[in-house]
Amino acid sequence: MKLGKVIGNVVCTQKVDSFQDIKLLLVQPLNEELEEIGDPVVACDTVQAGINDIVFYEGGREAALGLKNWFNPSDLTIMGIVDQVNIGE
Amino acid sequence: MILGRVVGNVVSTIKLPVYQGYKILVVQPVNDKEEPQGESVLALDTVQAGVGDTVLVIDEGNSSRLIMNNSTAPVRTMIVGIVDLIK
Repeated sequence: MKLGKVIGNVVCTQKVDSFQDIKLLLVQPLNEELEEIGDPVVACDTVQAGINDIVFYEGGREAALGLKNWFNPSDLTIMGIVDQVNIGE
Repeated sequence: MILGRVVGNVVSTIKLPVYQGYKILVVQPVNDKEEPQGESVLALDTVQAGVGDTVLVIDEGNSSRLIMNNSTAPVRTMIVGIVDLIK
């Protein structure tokens, strides 16, 4: 799992059937200090995250398993909303 | 499996139900000399690891699902051991 910050949403009318009713969000990957790393990515949302929320997301096969209908082509899915990240003792 | 060091924890209230009851820790992968290597990842804890511990981490979905005894859990990264010694 990785940390990210929701920076926008993506509206998409024409999409594969298994993505119907799935919210797509633009996520900026973050490191553990909550500094931006790399380029933003698009992820499926399962937890009703909103803009500026810190979230954790999973990629690969697990991303597809995170959605209700498992037979979908998601390769990035938001699994939870982060309240707090504590680094160090 | 990879080696890592626990550097922090993550608090999350709203998450998929399958994650409930598991601690989420921030793990920095380390090499054989325990030097940091690459980007940190979040991992579910199954062995009550804490900050500063060197841990054994699996980064593979089927292994994690087997440990959780749930064939459809969307979980990949898990802490499965606390390392005492690397010789």
